[in-house]
Amino acid sequence: MKIVKTKPELCTGCGACMLACSKTLHKVEDAKKSAIRVIEKKEEPGKFDIIVCNHCGECVPVCNTEALYFAPNGAVRIDPKKCVGCYMCVGFCPNMAMTVHPEINEPIKCIACGACVKACPTGAIYMEEK
Amino acid sequence: MTANVKELRNAHKLLAKLEYQPFKVDKGYTNHSLYVNLTDKTFEIKPVTEQMKEIFIGGRGFGLWYLWNAVKSTTKWNDPENEIIISSGPIGGITQYPGAGKSAVVTLSPLTGCPIDCNVGGYFGPLLKFSGFDALEIQGKAEKDVIIFIDGNKGLVTIEEVPDNFEYYDTHQLAEVYTEMFADDEFDKRNVSVVSSGRGAENTLIGMLNFSFYDVKRKAVRVKQAGRGGTGTVFRDKKIRALIVKYKGVTGDSNAPADKQKLINAGLRLHREIYELDKLQNRMREVGTAHLVEVMNDYDLLPVMNCQYGSHPDAVKLSSDVFKEKFFTQGMPDGCWYGCSMACAKAVDNFELKTGPYKGQKVVVDAAEYETIAGVGSDCGIFDPEYVVEANFYCDTYGIDTISFGNIIAFAMECYERGIIDKEVTGGLELKFGNKEAALEVLHQMARGEGFGKIAGMGVKRMREYFVEKLGADPKFLRDISLECKGLEYSHYVSKESLAQQGGYALTNKGPQHDEAWLIFMDMVNKQIPTFEDKAEALHYFPLFRTWFSLNGLCKLPWNDIEPADNAYQPEPNKVPEHVRNYVEIFNGVTGKNITKEDIIKQSERVYNFQRIFNLKMGYGTREYDMPPYRSMGPVTIEEYESRKERYDKQLKDLGYDIEGKTTEEKLKMLREYRENQYQQLVDAVYKRRGWTKNGVPTIEKVKELGIDFPEVIELISKYQD
Repeated sequence: MKIVKTKPELCTGCGACMLACSKTLHKVEDAKKSAIRVIEKKEEPGKFDIIVCNHCGECVPVCNTEALYFAPNGAVRIDPKKCVGCYMCVGFCPNMAMTVHPEINEPIKCIACGACVKACPTGAIYMEEK
Repeated sequence: MTANVKELRNAHKLLAKLEYQPFKVDKGYTNHSLYVNLTDKTFEIKPVTEQMKEIFIGGRGFGLWYLWNAVKSTTKWNDPENEIIISSGPIGGITQYPGAGKSAVVTLSPLTGCPIDCNVGGYFGPLLKFSGFDALEIQGKAEKDVIIFIDGNKGLVTIEEVPDNFEYYDTHQLAEVYTEMFADDEFDKRNVSVVSSGRGAENTLIGMLNFSFYDVKRKAVRVKQAGRGGTGTVFRDKKIRALIVKYKGVTGDSNAPADKQKLINAGLRLHREIYELDKLQNRMREVGTAHLVEVMNDYDLLPVMNCQYGSHPDAVKLSSDVFKEKFFTQGMPDGCWYGCSMACAKAVDNFELKTGPYKGQKVVVDAAEYETIAGVGSDCGIFDPEYVVEANFYCDTYGIDTISFGNIIAFAMECYERGIIDKEVTGGLELKFGNKEAALEVLHQMARGEGFGKIAGMGVKRMREYFVEKLGADPKFLRDISLECKGLEYSHYVSKESLAQQGGYALTNKGPQHDEAWLIFMDMVNKQIPTFEDKAEALHYFPLFRTWFSLNGLCKLPWNDIEPADNAYQPEPNKVPEHVRNYVEIFNGVTGKNITKEDIIKQSERVYNFQRIFNLKMGYGTREYDMPPYRSMGPVTIEEYESRKERYDKQLKDLGYDIEGKTTEEKLKMLREYRENQYQQLVDAVYKRRGWTKNGVPTIEKVKELGIDFPEVIELISKYQD
């Protein structure tokens, strides 16, 4: 499967990826509801970190409702019908790649759809085999 | 549902039903409770008032308040007016913070005659709340065995008679069958929780309650225990076979918090701490509380042979690594409520039973916690992990408290070895330390209500009285070696060398249980509380702080079984200040109130003092009931003294005693005189700090300050104010 990979040095911090992501996942353009996060480096203004799930699956056994699972294409997905919004997986993600919004029960997580990549004007994110 | 279960479901006879409009949760409360009377088969929905919430908060507080109003000073545990109250608490049911699905169980204890409170995991309390009730209050007694079923989606409560051909009496079967019976399908099993007990609870005074949850990954019903004080005995006396609650639709919003972001922030911080630090600290996710076995053994605090000793070379056979490698299934999300990343509820899968009525069956055992390993294992001189798991399973399914069971067998074994009882009393059992077959046989006898098991099932206090009365045993010596106070068996830490912990046990409201205060390291190892005033302060703060968990539906373990990396550098690291801040934040996040960390102590202090006064109402609650057995304070026998001769000799010398040429017996006497005197001074200091009289009764000034000056309270304590 292809996952989102990053070249942070090309990122301008425009945030288009976050809006595309939240629109795809939650039908709203709201960076706080995006599964990909662009964060300006404190020590280097104008430079950015891009944080997004690499679908490693370490979160899957952490979940006690089996809400997290490997989809047939290899992506780690969340079943909202099973999720009780405990966010253990968020705290146990090695890369801290999941996020939480109080209006949304389940964690906000990348589904490897590529919508963010299409929205990126600089090529700072791209799809590549896992 | 299998055909057989469906038939059994239909065979249950409806005795009474209540249809109701489920009350919505608002900021942690539904503001209603459910009262069920099993004698009259009636129901009542009661309002939970603002005053109740302000003074008693929830959980144990609500339980004590309902029980206070239900019983008279003359009420006994098996009178119909005794109640069982189950209540979680305002925070109970949130999914974002570890350890937030607990229920408090309150009833009059068959062992102590006073209120007992237990803090138990499993899904019942939260699902009860989401079904519309902050508390379930059960009074009266049924004529034949019944179940109470609550359907929180439909708004239906039923009392149903169990059919004669329903041949399930023990928890591992009851919890499974009722989960199967009331779940629509496999997926729905997670929405069902069953409270049950077993045959042991019918035939002993140490019965406990199992609260279930469905383990989705194992596809198995798991149980957690409201263990102490005989809750299961009361349950079976009321002829309750099971309580079942069903609620579909749990989410992170079910507890309707005022400010969810606060819960998210605190929860994520703690999840991350556990992720990063648990493997370096207590390894709760790998081995649960079993890690304590080696720690206690190393510090000479592990009960060995009825607490004569504090360590044993064979203790290594019961160490957590043995359980990890041979028994505990690893890598499972073993939380007893959603969101508990501490996940200490370890389980042994596919355990083949070697004895008893279920011999040969392969079962999932919720085993083994430290208290059980120490109680049924080392304290009985048994260092066999297979035995521990087997005894753990049978205690659980029979509805028997492992802590009391371990203590009872250890006491009986010491009596046997000292010739106080013999095979005539034990029915032929050679009840020597280490005899695991004999110990298991007593357990099975307890369940059947037969033989020596019947005597042992009365608990250490009544067993001692029986030995004195029937066999002419020396009452003073037997008192010294019986690890019970107020009628409740001690939990399993050797407190001999820690004065503060002696108080931590014997000054408890419900009886000697470490959930009020665990001060041994602070006192004995780190020497942080040297003076009486320091110890009194610790015996004021920690019991109150820990009380707060059971008012709110919380577990104690995520408070200090994981600590932030910089905790040691914080002021008062023993209090784990960052986690206290988390609790303030989640309480405020749920309720929308604005409490401080000082308010946590104030909230608890109201309930704690009320519970103390409740003991007084029941004819106890004064200084004389706070006296520990000498075995918990120092060496009773010559061999105990000599096992720590260096320590005791040095202590006496440092104190200025002339021990030259003195026999061990003489030194024992000196040490005892000194330690008993120290204990009395400790009690004085603690009572003073708690705002109690010299007789251990809260002063009128204190109850007024706390706002628990109800007329009945004032009338009661007025008699004890000199």
